[in-house]
Amino acid sequence: MSVVSDTIDWLTDPINRTGPDGFVHRLVEHLGYTAETIAIAAVIAIPIGLWIGHTGRFRSAAVAITGAFRALPTLGLLIMIVLFLGIGLTPTLIALTVLAVPPLLAGAYSGLESVDRQTIDAARAMGMTELQILRKVEIPLALPIIVGGFRSAVLQVVATATVAAYVGLGGLGRYLIDGQAISDYAQMAGGSVLVIALALVLDALFASLQVAATRRRPAAQPSAA
Amino acid sequence: MSWFLDNVDYVRELFVRHAWISVVSTLIGFALALPVGWYANRHPRLGGVSVTGFGVLYTIPSIALFILLPGILGTGFLSVTNVIIALSVYAAAVMVRTASDAFGSVSPAVLDAATAAGFSTSQRVFRVELPLAGPVLLAGLRVVSVSTVSMLSVASLIGVSNLGSLFTDGFRRDFLTEIVIGIIGIVVLAVVLDLLLNLAGRLLMPWASAQRTAVRPGAASKIAVKARGA
Repeated sequence: MSVVSDTIDWLTDPINRTGPDGFVHRLVEHLGYTAETIAIAAVIAIPIGLWIGHTGRFRSAAVAITGAFRALPTLGLLIMIVLFLGIGLTPTLIALTVLAVPPLLAGAYSGLESVDRQTIDAARAMGMTELQILRKVEIPLALPIIVGGFRSAVLQVVATATVAAYVGLGGLGRYLIDGQAISDYAQMAGGSVLVIALALVLDALFASLQVAATRRRPAAQPSAA
Repeated sequence: MSWFLDNVDYVRELFVRHAWISVVSTLIGFALALPVGWYANRHPRLGGVSVTGFGVLYTIPSIALFILLPGILGTGFLSVTNVIIALSVYAAAVMVRTASDAFGSVSPAVLDAATAAGFSTSQRVFRVELPLAGPVLLAGLRVVSVSTVSMLSVASLIGVSNLGSLFTDGFRRDFLTEIVIGIIGIVVLAVVLDLLLNLAGRLLMPWASAQRTAVRPGAASKIAVKARGA
């Protein structure tokens, strides 16, 4: 299996590890894009999602928008935004941010929706203000689903940042696109292995965060009754 | 618009190609997921592992799988077989969990009644469980169909032509129109397939459209949160 051994050679060759083209740097770049776009998308999507989930207003619009986004091809959207705003780092990151918004939004409003209405009514009857209900009742109970939204958004951005190498973004996708340009399959396969490893590690991280969020829920604690 | 009229044959050719690759991959994934999901529901311990295993496959970015599969399978790099296998894997990855949930939503009392009425195991599966799990299966299949159509466009990056080729070509030529037409083509295809699935559901399960609430609202939104297009 020369393909496999070539790929292993590529991954273990110290030349491919260090320097600006080395995969340590590419990995950090990829993580940087992901963190940056998720953070900005969260600032936009989470307050809106919580508001929709709490008030129930514009819910059908939000469902329609997040549903329609799923039908839109991410690659086409990415290239369209980049051509529209001009090629460069910022337009590409803006495109990635746009793609991260729908899953975060869906996580936030469907999370709040999953909270038992009676629990919310009880909190209101006890005299909690709307903000208190949101902070102390709804968000803690909805947290696993909200974290689930982050989990899919992160996977979405990691995957799309990889294909965004096609429009010039750095990160691990470079190996996949540059390797293809010079017909270097070992480089493409090595890069793919690294992208998969990154996605798996991040997914496992968010999966454990989801478990932690579920455990922390008040309902999961032994009750006095 | 004039570009579209000049290239209508080319776009149509890509559309047809995109359609059959998506449909074949979705159906293979669905056929693969049904028995696994059924088994996972019957045997939660071993089944849970397989559901998780398929879920992990879904986290792999599609471009990475498109690139790695030819090396693993020894198929040609530009062969459409790689793309169909990769997309079937993704379809199955989403569908296994949904199928397990769908079979789990069938009331145990109904199954006992079927057994008491003398149904054999296979009769029970095909004549009781499958029809009752149908609405949830259909909801999952609709999500999978849409994301498969969207994901296939990524394969254009490695040179397997489909409607996504309009994106790469449009980018190379800095030509926005071509990209917009590619997006429209993909959305139209996704909507058409969704309508066809919906229609098939109405024909095969006429009872389900009368009681749409049979599908737990949580089930559909859970899939929706997870679906991804790259």
